[in-house]
Amino acid sequence: MADVSPRTDTSTDADTEDKNLRFQINQSQDMVASDGSDKYRDQKTLRRLAQNREAARKSRLRKKAYVQQLESSRMKLTQLEQELQRARQQGIFVSSSGDQSQSMGGNGALAFDVEYARWLEEHNRRINELRGAVNSHAGDGELRIIVDGVLAHYDSIFRIKGDAAKADVFHILSGMWKTPAERCFLWLGGFRSSELLKLLINHLEPLTEQQLSSINNLQQSSQQAEDALSQGMEALQQSLAETLAGSLGPSASSGNVANYMGQMAMAMGKLGTLEGFIRQADNLRQQTLQHMHHILTTRQSARALLAINDYFSRLRALSSLWLARPRE
Amino acid sequence: MDRVRDLASKRAAVIFTKSSCCMCHSIKALFYELGASPAVHELDQDSKGREMECALSGLGCNPTVPAVFIGGRYVGSAKDVISLHVDGSLKQMLINAKAIWF
Repeated sequence: MADVSPRTDTSTDADTEDKNLRFQINQSQDMVASDGSDKYRDQKTLRRLAQNREAARKSRLRKKAYVQQLESSRMKLTQLEQELQRARQQGIFVSSSGDQSQSMGGNGALAFDVEYARWLEEHNRRINELRGAVNSHAGDGELRIIVDGVLAHYDSIFRIKGDAAKADVFHILSGMWKTPAERCFLWLGGFRSSELLKLLINHLEPLTEQQLSSINNLQQSSQQAEDALSQGMEALQQSLAETLAGSLGPSASSGNVANYMGQMAMAMGKLGTLEGFIRQADNLRQQTLQHMHHILTTRQSARALLAINDYFSRLRALSSLWLARPRE
Repeated sequence: MDRVRDLASKRAAVIFTKSSCCMCHSIKALFYELGASPAVHELDQDSKGREMECALSGLGCNPTVPAVFIGGRYVGSAKDVISLHVDGSLKQMLINAKAIWF
């Protein structure tokens, strides 16, 4: 009795299949040798059955290949997850997959982190060039070119941040793209210009009376603008809280559901204004750097930029030390 | 536009805002900090608010609020005001317009 079940398990190998095929063809031929027309019909049937078995065999092989591919992908995934875990522990930027509810947002954050790292590398290269020029007592002309280059390069990170804030404002606000110690001093997605100027004043001597007065004014203006922006942010928080609290209350009626939706819409609008605050904060940083450069001589600007870089380098070094500290 | 110009000429410092706008709150805070007492006009509370907003947009103000006028002259939006403050020009403009004395 020919057993023509096309279903078999994956572990069947080619040799056994061929044997079965031949056995089954022989068996069927034995059954119908007596009548000519029956033999013809059965040969068609035989061919069909053989083709079915062949197709089934190929399908099993494809399935086997697919499963093997899945297994190797799974191993790779495990490896990547481990690397990610290690990187996170070192405090390196990594957006958590939990934030990937919009993949655009997640990609935006990661893309920015990569761009920032690249920018920082280039910035350090320029600073080293500047340091070399200052230490070798280069002429004003040469210094000016390098200083202008550093400042123009600062402009580019503000531009990049602006684009990134459009894609994912919360990532910029979080400061996760900076090292932990830098994050301590985070204000509206970046550094406080007024603090930077306070640090610099002692490192810029000798300053003329005029320069000293201008730098102090700049520091004060910067502080005032920062305070104003902070107040706006507080107003935003308060307004957002009030909006959300307004949708709390007794159980749903159709009126309340409409209310809820309306208030969510309002809250969404408020969140949308966050990007504007980051933009103005970055504008403030940019303007402060530019005006500082305007007040100072080329050589003083060079020393200022080096001092700023030294300060942030120390913060980053502190972050590394902190992350590597021995724990109980 | 007339209403905008009219209101802008009535006080040394004039800011057009919207009640929901938090950046407007920042700019107002800055002016108060400098000792200026700007006239504040909330477009969403004004019957001609929509027209006025168009007029401000026509002046190039983007976003339309806050829109700042000093001594009757259009100064700009938040970004312009902050930039002018950083380089010291804002204070000077306020002094010239007699919005502040020092």
